[in-house]
Amino acid sequence: MTATTTRPTNRIGLTTQDYQGGTSTLCAGCGHNSITSQIIAACYDLSLDPATVLKMSGIGCSSKTPAYFLGKSFGFNTLHGRMPSVTTGAMIANRTMTAIGVSGDGDTGSIGFGQFKHMMRRNVPMVYIVENNGVYGLTKGQHSATADIGQHLKYAGTNVLPPIDICAEAIAADCGFVARSFSGDAKQVRELIKAAMSYEGTAVIDIISPCVTFNNEDDSSKSYAYGKDKEERIQDIQFIQSYEEVVVDYEPGSEQIVKLHDGPTIKLRKLNRDYDATDRWAAIKLLEECRQSNIFVTGLIHINESRPTLQQTMSLIDEPLAYQTEAQLRPSRAAFAAVMAEF
Amino acid sequence: MTSLDTVVSAPVIDPNPPVINDFTLVVATENGSGSQTANNTLIRAIFKMGVPVSGKNLFPSNISGLPTWYTIRVSHQGYAARREYSEILVAYNPRTSDEDLANLPAGGVCIHPADMKFTTPRSDVVYYPVPVKDFIKEIAPPQHLRDYITNMSYVGVVTQLFGISRVEIEHALMHHFNGKRKAVDLNLRMVDMAIAHTVAHLPKQDPFRVEPLNKTAGKILIDGNTAAGIGALVGGVGVVAWYPITPSTSLVDAITEYAPKLRPAVDDRVNYAIIQAEDELAAAGIIVGAGWAGTRAMTATSGPGISLMNEFGGLAHFAEVPIVIWDIMRMGPSTGLPTRVSQGDILSAYYLGHGDSQHICLLPGDMTECFAYAGTAFDLAERFQTPVLVLSDLDLGMNNWMTEPFEYPEQPLDRGKVLDTGSFAQFLADHDNKWGRYRDVDNDGIGYRTIPGNQNPRAAWLARGTGHNEQGVYSERNDDWQRNMDRLTRKLDTARRHVPAPVIDARPGATVGIIGYGSTADAITEARDRLRAQGIETSSMRLRSLPLNEDVRTFMESYDQIYVVELNQDSQMLQLLCAHAPKDAAKLAPVNLCDGLPLTATFITQRINAHRTSVKQ
Repeated sequence: MTATTTRPTNRIGLTTQDYQGGTSTLCAGCGHNSITSQIIAACYDLSLDPATVLKMSGIGCSSKTPAYFLGKSFGFNTLHGRMPSVTTGAMIANRTMTAIGVSGDGDTGSIGFGQFKHMMRRNVPMVYIVENNGVYGLTKGQHSATADIGQHLKYAGTNVLPPIDICAEAIAADCGFVARSFSGDAKQVRELIKAAMSYEGTAVIDIISPCVTFNNEDDSSKSYAYGKDKEERIQDIQFIQSYEEVVVDYEPGSEQIVKLHDGPTIKLRKLNRDYDATDRWAAIKLLEECRQSNIFVTGLIHINESRPTLQQTMSLIDEPLAYQTEAQLRPSRAAFAAVMAEF
Repeated sequence: MTSLDTVVSAPVIDPNPPVINDFTLVVATENGSGSQTANNTLIRAIFKMGVPVSGKNLFPSNISGLPTWYTIRVSHQGYAARREYSEILVAYNPRTSDEDLANLPAGGVCIHPADMKFTTPRSDVVYYPVPVKDFIKEIAPPQHLRDYITNMSYVGVVTQLFGISRVEIEHALMHHFNGKRKAVDLNLRMVDMAIAHTVAHLPKQDPFRVEPLNKTAGKILIDGNTAAGIGALVGGVGVVAWYPITPSTSLVDAITEYAPKLRPAVDDRVNYAIIQAEDELAAAGIIVGAGWAGTRAMTATSGPGISLMNEFGGLAHFAEVPIVIWDIMRMGPSTGLPTRVSQGDILSAYYLGHGDSQHICLLPGDMTECFAYAGTAFDLAERFQTPVLVLSDLDLGMNNWMTEPFEYPEQPLDRGKVLDTGSFAQFLADHDNKWGRYRDVDNDGIGYRTIPGNQNPRAAWLARGTGHNEQGVYSERNDDWQRNMDRLTRKLDTARRHVPAPVIDARPGATVGIIGYGSTADAITEARDRLRAQGIETSSMRLRSLPLNEDVRTFMESYDQIYVVELNQDSQMLQLLCAHAPKDAAKLAPVNLCDGLPLTATFITQRINAHRTSVKQ
């Protein structure tokens, strides 16, 4: 943590360098690398202490990325599709941490679908990023569960099954923070990550992140060209720290201000649609309309802060369970004797 | 129960002289009819009379309707193993009554509802008909309690016929109903009505009697899952994640029941978490996350769950994360016999996961060990930064056993080599400013672990199931891989010297050795007594853990013929013993049973005698 020379520092005196990880081994131009950069930028902007962050992932190209950011944070590159359960355990063991997990469309939409849904059902506090490219990269180009129906790939042939919509699944599971973005939209990705990291509960961000090697043809809904051409932001998103002033810029009704639990604010400037992100029914409707009309909307699709987190549901103490001492963990002799006397 | 058994010819019972404190009673009922209350009442009353007693429930995988047998063995010698036949039958299940009656030895006793018709009545057994319907009519219990109260009629008849203390019956009911007088009185009414009827109308015609002894003073009756649940709480459990599966469910139930008493909430907040997961994959994942983050984390499951936990077993082994998995073994393969006992997971547990992995396994053999190993498992998991599997079974876990009360542990928790922010700095100072998560500094194969929240910027590491070097950094280098695997082997060898040693009973002059483990201990003890009476002295070794150690080799060297007793088809422990001491492998002969029932002493003696005869020929 040597804040040195002329590099700018954040509120805890760290430079962006302090949030870097190892060198990426993904393909040049991979959308995932852009997201990695925005995770680094978001953590820097939030002045997060790397010692308080857990980096989690499953298996796949996307799941390699925690090695490429926050080199001073603890992390766990778990099993294919099993990031949710491991994160659940870690966040129960130490509720004071902030967890950011990176998964892919195969890791989430196929092998890990059950765990994904149950994590949201439990409302495990974590940022859950899906780097969604619609294709299996590491095994060289099979269709994933989010691939477009009718899409043709050189290796895998034609995809005959409809895609799973990660955001629709999240809303169905009553997830309280559901967003979609595009890895080419750096600012939106960054603001969403900052908002997600400040949200109390499971925050899902489905980020279309093109695979330049296997799925970047212009007609693919997961390609750069498609994203640049078709992206329709539902709002301009600005994340405002608790210590910053919230300036209302626009006509009444054109902005939605969402105050988060610990003081920060998300400012959503409405664009073409009159959309209320707190309305779950509106979210379902929006996603269905966009599915039917092939519209690629991005932004904060749904936010709801009313659900208790898993730690709250379980009435856990504020301190990490992991730091409980022997005196706190081992029953008293009197309590033990009383139990033995029952037999 | 006998209908499920291999046929063993039962002796003809002489009505004289009296048979005191040495018989077995089987209660045949329908599953879901509430007979457990009645059976537990009888067991507890006999136990409180100072007479050693054990109960085994042979129940179907069903909520209600299928037949259930509960055997109560009364033994002044303290034998607790199952027997092949029972002298006394409580025939309360019309669907099995003919078969149950047929299985009674000549001179045996049949207690039955007066209106029960036997297709082929026997003239060589004693009948005690009970007018159950008349009793029920007179008591007229609420409909939902009818079955429970009905069963109390046999409690009354058995109490009077065999001399069980009416006072202890009442105490047992008070215990069962937590002192709720109304419930106790309703049940007692039936008991007393049946006692009065027995006195008036059922003159004693059999030799069986319970007489007070002083052999249970200070002891308790408990099942292994409850013992383990209490043990886990005493052992400092932080996170329990599980998925319901017979026969392990009652272990987590026990944690849930006793946690508020042993680890009371402070301001309505607790320092433990019990999570019912969506499946065993997630249960294993949750404890891997919790163990990595620094808590004592455990799950309880059985064979099918072990299959699902394979991938996390491998990950926890390779990323070196402490977790504890209780496997309450039931009969496999596949769904198998969910409510029958087995020791069939020895190999799959020991080698859990693909690739090369061997795990520390604990093999509790009695209630004390079910309790104590809950804590030992956490200590070993954290000391060796690895999964520890505790292989109990349905017989230990779900049946009532007599035991000394458990002792409050005097040893502190062993949290292993964990560096916190302060000790991490000290470690760097002491080790040339070098630390790597997987560096073998002490030459015992065990690295120094840091957990999330450590403030030192150099303390963080990325856990992974992929190839890694000593720093925990991804590596595909062959030398990194080999060095890591060699270290894991070294770690297992260190563990070999730390896990619970086998219990050896070496007898002078013995040329025969018997090796067993787990729930077969009582049958082995009883079989050895019988073999001794027959003129065959044996020494025994009860294994209590894996990996096997040097004591095992020494024992195998010391005897000409060694029998390996276990409840599985493939002689799984025998396979491990052969690999461990190939020089003496030829001495090993299997005494294995895979029929779903707890082992009997007779099975062991018959198999050993048959083997000895065949070897001589």
